[in-house]
Amino acid sequence: MKDIKIQVNDLSLYYGEKKALKEITMQVPANKVTALIGPSGCGKSTFLRCINRMNDLIPSVSITGQMLVEGVDIYDKNVDVVNIRKKIGMVFQKSNPFPKSIYENVAYGSRINGINDKNTLDEIVETSLRQAAIWDELKDRLGDSALGLSGGQQQRLCIARTLAVSPDIILMDEPASALDPISTSKIEELVHELKEQYTIIIVTHNMQQAARTSDHTAFFYMGELIEMGKTNEIFTKPEKKQTEDYITGRFG
Amino acid sequence: MNTATKEINSSLLSTQNKNTDIKGKLIVGVTQLAVFTIIAVLFIILGIIVYEGREKFSWEFISSFPTNGMTEGGIFPALIGTFILVIVMSIAAVPFGTITAIYLTEYASESSKFAAAVRFSVRTLAVVPSIIFGLFGLGFFIQFIGAGFDTAFNGGQLRWGQPNILWASLTMSLLTLPVIIVSVEEALKTIPRELREASLALGATKWQTIKNVVLPGSISGIMTGTILAVSRGAGEVAPILFTGAAYYLASLPGSLSDQFMNLGYHIYIMATQSSDVEKTMPIQFATTLVLLILTLSLNLVAVVIRSRIRRKAK
Amino acid sequence: MNSQVPTKQNFTKESLKKQFRLSEFLAEKIISSVAFLSIAIIFLIFIFVFKESLPIFSQGKESVKTEMQQSTASNDKPESYGAETESLQPESYGGVEKEELQPESYGGVEKEELQPESYGGVEKENLQPESYGGVEKEELQPESYGGVEVEPLVAEDNSAATAEVKEEKESSIWDSLLTPDWVPVSENPRFGLLSLLIGTLKVTIISMLIAGPIAILAALYTACFASKRTKEIIKPIIEMLAAFPSVVIGFFALMIMATFFQDIFGYDSRLNAFVGGVAMALASIPIIYTISEDALSSIPKTYTEASLALGANKWQTAFYVVLPAATPGIFAALLLGVGRVFGETMIALMATGNAALMSANPFESVRTFAATIGAEMAETVFGETHYSVLFFIGSLLFIFSFGLNALAEFYVKGRLIKKFQGK
Repeated sequence: MKDIKIQVNDLSLYYGEKKALKEITMQVPANKVTALIGPSGCGKSTFLRCINRMNDLIPSVSITGQMLVEGVDIYDKNVDVVNIRKKIGMVFQKSNPFPKSIYENVAYGSRINGINDKNTLDEIVETSLRQAAIWDELKDRLGDSALGLSGGQQQRLCIARTLAVSPDIILMDEPASALDPISTSKIEELVHELKEQYTIIIVTHNMQQAARTSDHTAFFYMGELIEMGKTNEIFTKPEKKQTEDYITGRFG
Repeated sequence: MNTATKEINSSLLSTQNKNTDIKGKLIVGVTQLAVFTIIAVLFIILGIIVYEGREKFSWEFISSFPTNGMTEGGIFPALIGTFILVIVMSIAAVPFGTITAIYLTEYASESSKFAAAVRFSVRTLAVVPSIIFGLFGLGFFIQFIGAGFDTAFNGGQLRWGQPNILWASLTMSLLTLPVIIVSVEEALKTIPRELREASLALGATKWQTIKNVVLPGSISGIMTGTILAVSRGAGEVAPILFTGAAYYLASLPGSLSDQFMNLGYHIYIMATQSSDVEKTMPIQFATTLVLLILTLSLNLVAVVIRSRIRRKAK
Repeated sequence: MNSQVPTKQNFTKESLKKQFRLSEFLAEKIISSVAFLSIAIIFLIFIFVFKESLPIFSQGKESVKTEMQQSTASNDKPESYGAETESLQPESYGGVEKEELQPESYGGVEKEELQPESYGGVEKENLQPESYGGVEKEELQPESYGGVEVEPLVAEDNSAATAEVKEEKESSIWDSLLTPDWVPVSENPRFGLLSLLIGTLKVTIISMLIAGPIAILAALYTACFASKRTKEIIKPIIEMLAAFPSVVIGFFALMIMATFFQDIFGYDSRLNAFVGGVAMALASIPIIYTISEDALSSIPKTYTEASLALGANKWQTAFYVVLPAATPGIFAALLLGVGRVFGETMIALMATGNAALMSANPFESVRTFAATIGAEMAETVFGETHYSVLFFIGSLLFIFSFGLNALAEFYVKGRLIKKFQGK
């Protein structure tokens, strides 16, 4: 129980009539990096957004099945979606800093939680930026607009912003897809360091990235979970033919 | 090779498409003429008003009271009355319009009947003739609220139950409400979905997201709406004909329960009911020029801000 | 390494339990209620405009009775009624003078100069009580009224109307509404709406005949033929016309256009339906233009590309593909244009001459519904029949514009859905 963070049971998601996720059942281990791979449109991002209930924002979506996080069904009627999102942070594909200063971006989550004390905020901002390995680059320009940063810096700032609310699980939706190779490798290093403290689920279309960063890999295809296992096993001897075809580049 | 294709092209044109080509040019010409006509008329109006109004148009004209039975002097009280009108109007209409726009973009779900009704109402408000607002102001604000207030609290003494600047401004605020709602809505829609999601993913509630991310991003939209509303409110006359505008006042309004002079109403009065229309012609044109400068420049500012928002959204 | 994060369970039913957030709740409730206000305003407008016109439904007969009693002067009410009209409101008498005199003046004297004179005459009437008697005289001698013989039609109508006066007294106000006579302030006020309806329709038709084609053609040019740069210049300029206050357009029509057109066409009354119609066309062009342009530009690119790929010219595509596809939107634009003209007050007040005549001639003065409200409301007394009738006209205008908007909205939406989704 302790090393299984998320237990998904028969989770299906519908966009109106269309079934986009088909009876997903899987387990996500704690303090590990789990990669979700698959061709575009296979439902991996949709599944990721189910974990912190971002799909609630789309009116036509309906969900059946269970999503147990540490044994609590987050789709239970009595569960508060805002508290879920505080515990399960998310980093998006496109870096999306607020049009505010770097400092205010990181402090945002704390401020909305009612923390306004300057010293506490300073500390949170510094810790978070250090954790995101971007403190040294930014410490002298915390007052500048976050929009002036490079793409890679923006994305790491977004990670720092997520860390600042001290979540338990971090969801990353193709965090490096829009970045240059150097920034990408920085993000990958960061993911590697962060898994000590956080459970990380990362969606990627880049198989090398999945192989490099993750401990476990789940392969999605056409809204179904085809196969899941230890990353090195999935990549070396996949059980299902579809997985093998995808990994060897025969489609996708 | 090249010349050969050209020949083929020209032969095709001469045999088949000659007729349609002439017809096409004619049609495009007619549409061009329509555009030209509109623009020409616009500039003719502008030109004539500037030309006829320039003689009287001066700082003194703007800053002095009318004298000698309104046949001489300036338009200061009308200008001030218009300013007070649009300020009170904005105070009432801007929060109201902004909140309605927030409801429509942030809270209303697409399938909601209530939201559809709100939308329809806003669009209806935009097409209701301005004189109807005047009637409503008279029937609702003056006769119902104002007179009701007087009987209840003033012991029947007439103070609020008659036309005044407050009722005129409120009437005008209803008229300009759709202008603000539409502008703010447009601005709210340019806030990218990613920013809202970022905020929500950090555990912010809906209202926190709106307050901290959405509203700050749409300040310029709210400004555009306000400016457009002010421009509209400064020029409309029909709603204030019987809700507060006065023919002539010797002093500026001292409280919200006073009547006021207004630029547009001043033009109307001077042009149709002046004791000497011929003699006051330069004054009338100059007043029109002032009103036109006011509304057009406000509009220009709004257009510039709006195009900036649009460019940013791209 | 070191695990700062407590390894204890973070996700328990308690920590995730649904919270009640007061600010959140309040924000949503307040915002929805404010949004509800705009629905409420529409209802309130209808209720309060209609409410003030109620007396003509319930007290229609009563008010006629009052009029009858007035002649015998046996009651308190008619006395005060008479007092109102005769002593308290000399201005309103002046107003009548203006109306009654105008048709006569251009019957008798053909000079244009007379028109501005009779215009300024309102003011003079207020100053010179002698002319007051003139009105009474006219009321007493209907023959002089019917004696206007420029247009046989007018004369006939008027004399017929005066003959009807006696019968009217016995019937309710409803019959009065359907007559051509609009004489709101007199000893026996008559509230015939027909001439006002004719006037409004005349102005609307004239202005739509001018504004419709021009605005739609201009929109077609902007949407289909103009280069992107030209488009960016043309659009804001034409939309700037929308920023012209209607009082400015009315003023321009009154001072410049009226004389200009009179010099060209040489008709008698300087201010008339044609001048008013042209001026209102100026006010409705930006509306029709903007909405049509939107409709034309929103036709999917695939439509035009398909047509161009088949070898059609730009203009053929515009006329045979884009224009038909955008018809619902253009229709909506025209409807909203009609709504604007129908309810336009200031231009009508200033440029149409404000004489309630029954005539099809576009070069004669007219009086529209909206202008009637605008001109007479300030002179009425709260609660009297005239006041109620003006509010009744207001309700008609409101219902009309509401209906136009509903039609534009639902018809267009329905058609567009049919067109593009094939449903």
